[in-house]
Amino acid sequence: MKRIYLDHAATTPVDPAVVETMLPFFTEYFGNPSSVYTEGRGVKKSIEAARLQIAAAINADPREIYFTGSGSEADNWAIKGIAMKNQAKGKHIITSTIEHHAVLHTCEYLEKQGFEVTYLPVDEFGLISLDDLRNAIRKDTILVTIMFANNEIGTIEPIKEIGEIVKEKGIIFHTDAVQALGNIPVDVKDLNVDLLSISAHKIYGPKGIGALFIRKGVPIDNLIHGGAQERKKRAGTENTAEIVAFGKAAEMVTEHLEDNAAHMKKLRDLLIKGVMENIPQVRLNGHPEKRLPGNANFCFDYIEGESILLSLDIIGVAGSSGSACTSGSLDPSHVLLAIGLPAGVAHGSLRLSIGKHTTVEDINYVVDNLIQIIERLRKMSPINADCPIDDAVFDKAEHHHH
Amino acid sequence: MEYTDVVMENFTCPKHVGEIEGANGVGQVGSPACGDIMKIFLKINDDGIIEDASFKTFGCGAAVASSSMATDMIIGKSIEEAGKFKNSDVVDALGGLPAEKIHCSVLAAEAIQAAIEDYHNKKAQ
Ligand SMILES: Cc1ncc(COP(=O)(O)O)c(C=O)c1O
Ligand code: FES
Repeated sequence: MKRIYLDHAATTPVDPAVVETMLPFFTEYFGNPSSVYTEGRGVKKSIEAARLQIAAAINADPREIYFTGSGSEADNWAIKGIAMKNQAKGKHIITSTIEHHAVLHTCEYLEKQGFEVTYLPVDEFGLISLDDLRNAIRKDTILVTIMFANNEIGTIEPIKEIGEIVKEKGIIFHTDAVQALGNIPVDVKDLNVDLLSISAHKIYGPKGIGALFIRKGVPIDNLIHGGAQERKKRAGTENTAEIVAFGKAAEMVTEHLEDNAAHMKKLRDLLIKGVMENIPQVRLNGHPEKRLPGNANFCFDYIEGESILLSLDIIGVAGSSGSACTSGSLDPSHVLLAIGLPAGVAHGSLRLSIGKHTTVEDINYVVDNLIQIIERLRKMSPINADCPIDDAVFDKAEHHHH
Repeated sequence: MEYTDVVMENFTCPKHVGEIEGANGVGQVGSPACGDIMKIFLKINDDGIIEDASFKTFGCGAAVASSSMATDMIIGKSIEEAGKFKNSDVVDALGGLPAEKIHCSVLAAEAIQAAIEDYHNKKAQ
């Protein structure tokens, strides 16, 4: 059966051109870039070329790009590195309630180390309020970290405006742009950000390679100690094959940004329209306009997300859900709770994220089948408009978040 | 996550979905773990035999499969036998469940006990 992959926010297939770029680095150009002889020097040059490609993709100077082992490492480095280096100035950090766990759990870790963290709430669309941010800033605030675009509901935060506020106060500003790159323009000069995290596997590159942009002069400690790689800031023999692959992938998504985004947006709107018009008792999560071009996130009343995912998988469609039942930890998505959804509603969530290869036929197939799947699962459900959820059960089930 | 073929069969084509007419024992339970809800309907005859059983479930694949399997297993049993029905019986019949999904089978066992209790309560009235 043909598979229709609609989980590009989770990861993307590596583009064949990217694979072609990286392959010779496993066998032919295998040298250690730190070595002085020819094999090493050649590889070193390729790494620097990739650094240039990444820098161009986000309008940075190549000397401000540091390769990491993942987007998660970039987030960890940015937050822990700034916290450690600047703790004499203050121990207060501001973030939001809808960050990726790579940011949230790092902040929680720092709280255990004596730092104080303010988690800004978001409105029903997932946007933080600039006034809340202004009010949260204190004399001892050393870092603000707010994501560029949310991985679950696709909401795009007002990064430029946040950057202006934060810069005025002389505070360091980090943004997790893992979901933004390749989907919306990312320009570190325009955005007033000091640090920015990105990851290759969301932009048709390989998994396990990321980068942190660190604006020149920003005081930060190292996270990974050891050798002198990455200009003494991030130890570890370079993952050359994936670094060149990341460079190529970044170049490609930047070159095709407008076309890809227009294509995804068209299909996303088709999907949203198809679902909202044909399926009763459904809500669209996230912002109607300020959202990633490939992101659609719905909640279907009275049914559970994993059941939807399994039903879709059977007919060849891959998607994801924020339901407690799919999380392993049995906690509903912290993002869906943060936008004010009761746990019972978050239960029926479905995220479908479109990619550059998704077609109109794919979307039509998904909408047609989803109508039947939802109907079938609702027939199986003990709850409906006349028999609503027993909130008491969910209150018990609801675990506590910020 | 790994579901066995039996789980997937019971999820894809669940048996005994819906409400049975003339059910004289109905039990609904909610899971404090993730918030799922399961409702079991029993039709018990004068000899105390479960003639028919059905379910409605708001939950994951394992919950649906457990409901399907559990209802199938208790049909034809006496309420005494069904009263001893445990979640491990469902898990075994399904060929196992992932560790984090065991609580879904507990829901099925509890819903059956709640339905039997409901039957006794109604009868006592
Ligand atoms: C917003 C966001 N931040 C960070 C990450 C982590 O990136 P990585 O998978 O490269 O560690 C992801 C993706 O998983 C993400 O969506
Ligand atoms: S019903 Fe929620 S995990 Fe199974």
